[in-house]
Amino acid sequence: MDLEIRTLTTDFLIIGGGTAGCYAALTFCEASDGSVLIAEKADIERSGCLAAGVNAINAYIVPGKTPQDYVDYARADAQGIVRGDLLLTMAEGLNRTAARMESLGLTILKDDQGRYAARGSRNIKINGENIKPVLAAAVAAQPRITVLNRVNVFEYIVRDGRIFGAYAIGVDEPVLYVISAKAVLCATGGAAGLYRPNHPGFSRHKMWYPPFNTGAGYAMGILAGAEMTTFEMRFIALRCKDTIAPTGTLAQGVGAKQINAMGEGYEQKYGVTTSQRVHGTVMENLEGRGPCYLRTVGITREQDEDLQKAYLNMAPSQTLRWLESGRTPGVQNVEIEGTEPYIVGGHTASGYWVDTSRETTIKGLFAAGDVAGGCPQKYVTGAFVEGEIAARAAAAYMDDQTASPDPGDAKEKKRWLEGFLNRPAASYGTDELEEAMQSVMDEYAGGIGAHYRFSEKSLRIAADKIRELERRTELLAASEMQELVYLLEMRERLTLCKSVIAHLGARKETRWHSFAENTDYPESGAEWNCYVNSRLENGRLNMIFRPLVREGDAYEH
Amino acid sequence: MSIEITAAKCIGCGRCRKVCPGSLIRLDKTGKAVIPRAERCWGCASCVKECPVQAIAMFLGEDMGGLGGRLTVRRENTLLHWTVTNPDGSAKTLTVDSRDSNNY
Repeated sequence: MDLEIRTLTTDFLIIGGGTAGCYAALTFCEASDGSVLIAEKADIERSGCLAAGVNAINAYIVPGKTPQDYVDYARADAQGIVRGDLLLTMAEGLNRTAARMESLGLTILKDDQGRYAARGSRNIKINGENIKPVLAAAVAAQPRITVLNRVNVFEYIVRDGRIFGAYAIGVDEPVLYVISAKAVLCATGGAAGLYRPNHPGFSRHKMWYPPFNTGAGYAMGILAGAEMTTFEMRFIALRCKDTIAPTGTLAQGVGAKQINAMGEGYEQKYGVTTSQRVHGTVMENLEGRGPCYLRTVGITREQDEDLQKAYLNMAPSQTLRWLESGRTPGVQNVEIEGTEPYIVGGHTASGYWVDTSRETTIKGLFAAGDVAGGCPQKYVTGAFVEGEIAARAAAAYMDDQTASPDPGDAKEKKRWLEGFLNRPAASYGTDELEEAMQSVMDEYAGGIGAHYRFSEKSLRIAADKIRELERRTELLAASEMQELVYLLEMRERLTLCKSVIAHLGARKETRWHSFAENTDYPESGAEWNCYVNSRLENGRLNMIFRPLVREGDAYEH
Repeated sequence: MSIEITAAKCIGCGRCRKVCPGSLIRLDKTGKAVIPRAERCWGCASCVKECPVQAIAMFLGEDMGGLGGRLTVRRENTLLHWTVTNPDGSAKTLTVDSRDSNNY
């Protein structure tokens, strides 16, 4: 199979048409007269984290609260390892973006007085089943935005520390795209699929995070020499067993408490930060008091039926589970379990090391949403705000220095890709290597099977095995473009695994149970009140330790 | 966790192909929707909701304790009629108004 080279030029290239990317595109059109190109590997109508919809805005400043309250909450939940400047600028924009989404057609529920209906102290209720189609429709209505669906970006074009565009391939068509841009936004989302999932067989993709978010944005940044931060702060979700459906609707909606198999509440014993809730459940299981549940027995019949409907809006598999078994939440407590670890900057703080305007350490490359680091608990509205901030900064950054890409480089890229497409099939495929990678990460880098624990020794084994798997990807073959995309995703995951392992080893403490549980260093120390960053230089991943940045300061690279 | 497409019902409109966030659905030579790699499905139900003729059903894989139930949905303006059909033929329908469905 031969690849056709297609060259495209735009002012602002957005990689990934999900939550942050679509919002950034809309904002850029307000801030600039320039053109926007969204490159999306699926189709923006439902791609990204919002495919199934959401039923609450989880980051909102409710009446009586301030943006600073939100910063304080996120900082406490992350045990201090956050960027104050990023959190505050994010928190200040949350309500603005929620109102904008309402004007675009999102239904936000109201209370008796006509105010947004709050759920708990940071959430508002929405009917968000269609949140992504609403966003996609707004993008489609803006003539200066071009959407390139089914196109997978796999490498930046960077010279002298500045970005000039990116390479991409068609997911269906045998095309190599060479895209030139004055500014680029990385909004690819985070990474699932590094660790062995709860159900490694047929239902392997029944996971918390979209399995199609494979860490491409992180990997491209790592390989281009961008500084990255806090990969050691993994995210593990506490979810309904098997269906991996959210628990927040049960906990906050009907006040269901976490209990062990003896019916004892155990939350207070371990603490209520996100990582402590996971850790508590792990410990109760390890000590023979599992399995653990959310206590839903005793809710009213009306609440029972309302829950079934609420889950249809965001995680229909849970309603299917209830109805096919006949054991609805009013009849049986809902069992909970921890997922495999993910790398996701919208919940924890992993990702690009950005300045306050969300520019990465590569000039002209911005990052927003799950791929951007330092700003946990951003959720949907926080990703919107980051897209907004990044788009305004990109509009201000743009100048006329477009360098046209070197045609020789594109030809070399084409030959490299055609190598995978035209060689005979190896005795193993991408799927086998993916399974092997997930086993390695599970056993030696703190997956479910290791109760999320690791040691310096186990991390060394993990690093060796991941390097070996990386060598084995060189011989992989792809029979069609979609297979080539899977192959490139596999390589990206391995690149990210190496960084995750290095970060887990570099933070010599246990600051977050489960998220980074280092058995060699079970305590946390004030000397680790710093960011663990990394940068790939001359093939070597160098660790960088930086002091904490508080809100109120603007951080510049 | 995955989906099942009933070829006899499929009208080949291709809407499911467009909304799948994993690009997993294709149209075969006869123009019918197929999902060649069903194990890659995330279970988001986008296609289930989009299908105008209820040709797509969601099911829970046996490896995650699925019991063979099938979930389909029929749209009627702002209403979504969700139906779980069990292997014994029994069925239950829940209707959700997309304008007012969320008490939580």
